[in-house]
Amino acid sequence: MNLFWGLTLATLVKDIRLEWRSKDALNAMLFFSLLVVVIFAFSFDPLAEESRHIAGGLIWVAFLFAAIVALNQTWAREMRNQVLDAYRVSPAPANALFLAKSIGNFIFVSVLEALMTPLFVIFYNLHVLGPAWQLIPIALLGTWALVVNGTFFAAMSLRTRSREIMLPLLLFPISIPAVLGMVAGTTAVLTGDNPAHFYIVLLLTYDVVFTTASLALFETILHAE
Amino acid sequence: MKRLFPILSVLTALLLGYALYLALVVAPTDALQGDVYRIIYYHVPSAWTGMLLFLINFVASVIYLIRRSQKADILALVCAEVGVVFCTVVLVTGPLWARPVWGIWWAPGDIRLTSTLVLWLIYVSYLVLRRFSNSAQTQMLAAALAVFGALDVPLVYFSIWFFRTQHPQPVIGGGGSMDPRMLHVLLISWMAFLCFGFLVCWSRFRLELLRREVEEAHALESLAGAEEISPKASVPLSRSTK
Repeated sequence: MNLFWGLTLATLVKDIRLEWRSKDALNAMLFFSLLVVVIFAFSFDPLAEESRHIAGGLIWVAFLFAAIVALNQTWAREMRNQVLDAYRVSPAPANALFLAKSIGNFIFVSVLEALMTPLFVIFYNLHVLGPAWQLIPIALLGTWALVVNGTFFAAMSLRTRSREIMLPLLLFPISIPAVLGMVAGTTAVLTGDNPAHFYIVLLLTYDVVFTTASLALFETILHAE
Repeated sequence: MKRLFPILSVLTALLLGYALYLALVVAPTDALQGDVYRIIYYHVPSAWTGMLLFLINFVASVIYLIRRSQKADILALVCAEVGVVFCTVVLVTGPLWARPVWGIWWAPGDIRLTSTLVLWLIYVSYLVLRRFSNSAQTQMLAAALAVFGALDVPLVYFSIWFFRTQHPQPVIGGGGSMDPRMLHVLLISWMAFLCFGFLVCWSRFRLELLRREVEEAHALESLAGAEEISPKASVPLSRSTK
């Protein structure tokens, strides 16, 4: 078990160090979601009252699209110099790699969200009417839901033609309940109309189900030949 | 087996014709909706058949993940393809009925509509994956995706369950009341659709099996061919290195 966590940590630290030095994924995600915010702000030009109803959807759609950028790069690094093949023949547990990649993506997307949320608040004149602290579990669970499936499907789409297009095609249909939970939960908190507990439970269930499924199937996917 | 196919085709055609006759002529007109309701004799059997095929797809995918059997993989592929067709029929006939009865084509918050649409999206993405992936790993990847898709279905259902639902309650086991004559016609329609679905799956299964055999034969042939030519082919290579 120590080996497992050691490997996870080593891969995670390596990925974060690479990202810290290049900032490829983070810059691309930030600029992309900034563009989405600006374009949405132009096309809807909402009043404060309206924006409270649509902001949940806008925020999460922006993050979802931006996360695809990071997810697509996850495995691209390992393809260079056949690192992934080396990993495959080594006795290292496959799930350690998967977990490290998922946590890495989770950190990147969370940083993006932390940086972008203030911008959303400014552009859409948001102020929260419900219990604001509930946005934190919604954001954390929602991000994990996107990232855990995204990392899995990114590994799957490695083996396909035009892999960059494949990832959203695979990820979006499966993510619909999670996206619905995030959007509806965020809107419920922003408007304060109805409680968001149901959505937090939904996201939690989604996370547990798909984390388990990913961990159970990742080794098969990695070694599929 | 091969001789059975034409016989079954004829029987299915007859059954489909009989079901159409029952649906259009014999079944009584609905008191509230009038003749428009008769579309359920296509809509509901398609939905049931489609869901059954998706279920078979899931079971076959799990069997493939455990046993790596080619036939299970082909069965999963075939069921997904035919299931998507039936599901498309459901999604097309639904709005056609909804427009005159509800006054709208589509009710976005409705649980059965939305979950059917999401199910359709999931299986279309499954077929896209199979189309875009060209290697030997496709089957494994597709099986994994099928498992993910099946896990997603209850979550989709619960996520929309929160909203008020507009769809008529299920006819069977949902406490809805239906004229027994209508139910009779509905069940016969379903039988006809099941036979039709089975027939299409069967011929598609045979086709896919043949396709893979041909592919395998080609691969073996080219392997054998490569061994024969290889000494000759290496001549220009060795020259160029000089």
